Amino acid sequence: MLEITNLHANVEGNEILRGVDLKIGAGEVHAIMGPNGSGKSTLAQVLSGNEAYEVTEGGFTFLGQDLLEMPAEERARLGVFMAFQYPVEIPGISNAYFLQAGLNEIRKSHGLDELDALEFRDLLKEKMDLVAIDHKFADRPVNEGFSGGEKKRNEILQMAVLEPKLAILDESDSGLDIDALRIVADGVNRLRSPQRSMIVVTHYQRLLDYIIPDFVHVLWRGRIVKSGGKELALELEAKGYDWIKELVPAGVAEDEG
Amino acid sequence: MSDSKNTANEKASFLSDLDQLRTVHPAWVKSIQTSYAAKFAELELPNRRMEEWRFTNVSPILRTSFRTAISPGAPATEETVAPFRYGNAAWAELVFVDGFFAASLSRIPSGLIACNLAEALEKHTDRVEPLLAKQVNGTANAFNALNTAFLQDGAFVHVTADAVVPAPIHLLYVNSGRSTDSASHPRNLLILDRGAKATVVESHVSADMGARYFTNAVTEIVIGENAALHAYKLINDSNEAYHLASTHVRLERGASINSFAISQTGKIIRNEIKTLLDGEGAHSSLKGLYMTRGEQLVDNPIAIEHAKPHCTSWIGYKGVLDDKSHAVFSGKVYVHRVAQKTDSNQLNQNMLLSDKATIDTKPLLEIFADDVKCTHGATVGRPPEELVFYFRTRGMSEAMALGMLTYGFADEVVNQIGVDEVRERLEKFVFDTYSPIPG
Repeated sequence: MLEITNLHANVEGNEILRGVDLKIGAGEVHAIMGPNGSGKSTLAQVLSGNEAYEVTEGGFTFLGQDLLEMPAEERARLGVFMAFQYPVEIPGISNAYFLQAGLNEIRKSHGLDELDALEFRDLLKEKMDLVAIDHKFADRPVNEGFSGGEKKRNEILQMAVLEPKLAILDESDSGLDIDALRIVADGVNRLRSPQRSMIVVTHYQRLLDYIIPDFVHVLWRGRIVKSGGKELALELEAKGYDWIKELVPAGVAEDEG
Repeated sequence: MSDSKNTANEKASFLSDLDQLRTVHPAWVKSIQTSYAAKFAELELPNRRMEEWRFTNVSPILRTSFRTAISPGAPATEETVAPFRYGNAAWAELVFVDGFFAASLSRIPSGLIACNLAEALEKHTDRVEPLLAKQVNGTANAFNALNTAFLQDGAFVHVTADAVVPAPIHLLYVNSGRSTDSASHPRNLLILDRGAKATVVESHVSADMGARYFTNAVTEIVIGENAALHAYKLINDSNEAYHLASTHVRLERGASINSFAISQTGKIIRNEIKTLLDGEGAHSSLKGLYMTRGEQLVDNPIAIEHAKPHCTSWIGYKGVLDDKSHAVFSGKVYVHRVAQKTDSNQLNQNMLLSDKATIDTKPLLEIFADDVKCTHGATVGRPPEELVFYFRTRGMSEAMALGMLTYGFADEVVNQIGVDEVRERLEKFVFDTYSPIPG
């Protein structure tokens, strides 16, 4: 479904990704772990099409299509979704209105009829129940005045409505207490399907107690330095990220100075 | 820019119309008119050498020989006025066509003291005489003086002590489009006695969006102890119209005004509001929204005078500027030495949709008391990229994101409007203007 090859990317002139290789099959959940500054969020942003990040080498394909030259909105219409680490607030635009507009753009691109406000309302209620969000959030401006947990849940709601083929969850656990974390994870688990792949970016193993990944990758200094099954997350938790430094090939460590 | 030798010519058409004014009003009214006619003849016409008009070029108004009708023309039909009504029979509605009261088109519920000013000058002399032309704070400009010199029609509303007017009072000013280059000088006087409550909606519209005319309005508002006024002003004039207005508000102890001023259409709009907080614990909230396009010029000069302690004031104006339009905002707050514990805040936020649009915004704080809290802020910009990106990751184009962000920005003001009919009509205007949904 997604194939990343030797991906290098810069932000503001600094090289953050230094050759990422990753293959994700349909229905698989891949966790990407790593310490702060390892490039986890950069990878999420690059995949979803943020033009503030410049790809300098390598690239990626999604469903066999080259995404590199594709604007963010077209990637979204193709089925790429990112749950933001820091969702923005949009004053004056209700959640329902925002999501209806987004969903209809995606539907149009697939030659499907647009949903009218009533049809959308029904769909939204169903999805809100799925991710345990109060219906009153439908008419509140997007993320405005939402707590940290509410913002993260709202991202999962958007995923439920837009039904992407590839969902990238960028630190959807950060800033959440254990109850909020469980709600977010439950929502994500309900959306797992054989047709939907997920990349779960996280700093902590904690989230992976609730969203059980098929694969775990460790990103360090812009490269994936170790991959394994779900047990790798536990090993990392026990040994800490310093353990990774000992594992990486000599050449990688050296060019970091 | 007009130099002084042109000034005489620019005043000529107004002055010749003034000569025609054969007022039938009482002597005290005549004396006000005469003294302000003399003032108008004396005063320098607004020009960009004056600080208050530095960014607001009104020479197009002065270059056009606008003529003031001295008496009403043929009555307008219901058809002309109907689209601009709010369709709620509970409302009082005072309709003015081309500056003159149209009694047959107006509706005044029994029990409400509301009529046109011409009638009030005769019937309500005891309330009008002590207040009329006395609320104009600070130095009157030549246009204010001109309005007073022509003083003959406009709205008069008097809400008696502790009365609560149950539904909004709509002051509807319609330009019929029947005459070109006409000027009108509406003069309004609103009085709320102690403990009274009322909502006034003032709208300015035109039956012909291409008509060229000049509205030069002055409104005086006196809000008595603990009385509260909700005031909405909607400027939806023709695309060629000029609209200059000054509203002067005096608030007594514990009184409050909540004002919304919305500038939609009109070639040049200057909607000045001056509030005098003249009793302890008075509150003034002035909010506004201007949506400029084409070559529109919209100026919102606000001045708040804190004359007594423990008063609060809030100024919050937002603007969306497109094309080559120009907007001006100034928020002047003057705090007297005795006005301790003043709490005054202002914020002017602007969204620029075009590189050719310009905004001149300036706060001006003059504070002579030492125990006060006064803040001010202004923003100018485009929607941040990270917001636009968020929309795009949800499948929406950049154009759609900008449309929705602009709609949201403007609607945030409209949303706060408490009168459903007004809010809904404005929401539609904002939606249609920024078309967040393509097609």
